[in-house]
Amino acid sequence: MGNVLVVAEVADGKLRKTTHSAVTFAKEAAAQLGGSYDILVIGAGVDGAAADAAKLGAGKVLVADDASLTNYLAETYAPTVAEIGKGYSVVCGTASPYGKDLLARVAGKLDAGFASDITSLLPQEGGKLTYKRPIYAGNAFVVCQLASDVEIVTVRQSAFDAAAEGGDSPVEKAAVAGASAAKDRIEWVNFNSVKSERPELAEADVVVSGGRALKEQFYEILDPLADVLGAAIGASRAACDAGYCAPDLQVGQTGKIVAPGLYIAIGISGAIQHLAGMKSSKVIVAINKDEEAPIYQITDYGLVADLFKAVPELTEKIKAAKA
Amino acid sequence: MKVLVPLKRVADPDNANKVKVPADGSKVDTGSLEWKANPFDEYALETALRLTEDGKAQKKRLGEVVVATFGPKDTETTLRAALATGADRAIRVDVEDEAIDGLLVAKALAKIVEEEKPDLVLLGKQQVDGDTNQVGQLLAELLDWPMATFAGTVQEEDGALLVGREVDGGQLDVRVKLPALVTVDLRVVNPTSVYSKVTDKEKFKYAEGVRFAPLPAIMKARKKPLDVKKLGDLVSDTAQKVKYIRYEAPPQRKAGEKVADVDTLVSKLKNEAKVL
Repeated sequence: MGNVLVVAEVADGKLRKTTHSAVTFAKEAAAQLGGSYDILVIGAGVDGAAADAAKLGAGKVLVADDASLTNYLAETYAPTVAEIGKGYSVVCGTASPYGKDLLARVAGKLDAGFASDITSLLPQEGGKLTYKRPIYAGNAFVVCQLASDVEIVTVRQSAFDAAAEGGDSPVEKAAVAGASAAKDRIEWVNFNSVKSERPELAEADVVVSGGRALKEQFYEILDPLADVLGAAIGASRAACDAGYCAPDLQVGQTGKIVAPGLYIAIGISGAIQHLAGMKSSKVIVAINKDEEAPIYQITDYGLVADLFKAVPELTEKIKAAKA
Repeated sequence: MKVLVPLKRVADPDNANKVKVPADGSKVDTGSLEWKANPFDEYALETALRLTEDGKAQKKRLGEVVVATFGPKDTETTLRAALATGADRAIRVDVEDEAIDGLLVAKALAKIVEEEKPDLVLLGKQQVDGDTNQVGQLLAELLDWPMATFAGTVQEEDGALLVGREVDGGQLDVRVKLPALVTVDLRVVNPTSVYSKVTDKEKFKYAEGVRFAPLPAIMKARKKPLDVKKLGDLVSDTAQKVKYIRYEAPPQRKAGEKVADVDTLVSKLKNEAKVL
């Protein structure tokens, strides 16, 4: 028997949806281990997030709430996560920037094996949890196991459905561990947030993504189409590097990994690194004036056209088709 | 400032779709793909060079940059290229690629840090072959050092770095006192992303991307010091905590159709794919 701890992600006092994918993994892993899963909510003033977490079917929700945890730093969070986590067989989270930053540090503290960004939990082999994760930009997968008392896992959000809400788990206070020496040498200075009313990229049913070809008209062209579709906006690396949009919109191997029902790539040629971030989408559409663009090797529907004409036309016609 | 930059060679990431997994799942066959330095590590090296120079007079090095890699003898090519680009010294830890995992690399690097005493360890945020994104964080924890992962900007201050981290929803600025560890993201090689204390950030802009080694530097790099160490001399327990059992090929996606015009596209999306 063994139990699983999910490290929740909190933003603006609320539970982030990234957490729900880790919970789905935790449910599967706990079932295989014949145990249960708990959720750790860590931060300052996180009662609201804890209440959200209590609806996710956990054995219990642990709350480590302390003023010293007001602004997230791995240096302050990792000691508490490790202290609580060492009583579990598996400590997991989602491979968002938060999960990647924090859980790797927890793995170091616990001298534990770490399987990052897994896309599935396979049936046990040799009585051990067995994970599958993509390598080489998704051009191969490796099946792996971990050899440590506590196993650390982050899951790819787009590969695990969000856990449904239901139930009312008991909420308990958890102790906050002493911070590390490193903590005294780091200072949280400022968060320059880029607010968007659109759905989160990793959670959207439709993603409209733009490339460098859009130039300064990136939003002018994409916004109306995204509005009509209720879509999130994504981008190629080239568009982000050129400053046409925020860096956290980058879809790709080392950016956001998405798998929406519909992905529309506009003016994106389809570098391997970009394909790695979106090729699990259900339906893929590309609009590009270069008919040889590699993106067409994986699209369901390709339209070879001048995007500056085709996208506004598409926007109007989708609006009409949905009316 | 003294900077340690761990580097890894990877199979040409721009042709990663050419890797093959044989039917028995025993390996990933990278075939004839060329070895290249992991792009994020090249960005880390560029960051290290920018932090140890006056941007206007780059030939005069103002600090020391030590590069390190793990692998068999032929990985020295990657180190020599880094030396030609501007690094001062190199260390190769002699080990087969299959014999190491992230935690072992981090433990060996922790020992190298103990010996070398750098002010800063700079790494790429992830290796684009294994894609594990963990060595920097593990190393920072083992050293009990402050870290700033996914750096898009790095500005040197007195005894500290102000780092802009690329995270969900925006940029998070943190200040780390040296010694510290930073892992870099893509935007760190933009023209105004990294400044040392002596580079005039009001007047000086870097060229986009990483610098390349001039030919004379490539010749000179052959004479720069390159030490070889054994993994066993750095780490007492060399057992891996991550066991790779087998490899699998990904599901293939086949190309669909090209549609003639916007009307056809909308009709297909509505009636065939049913996504509208």
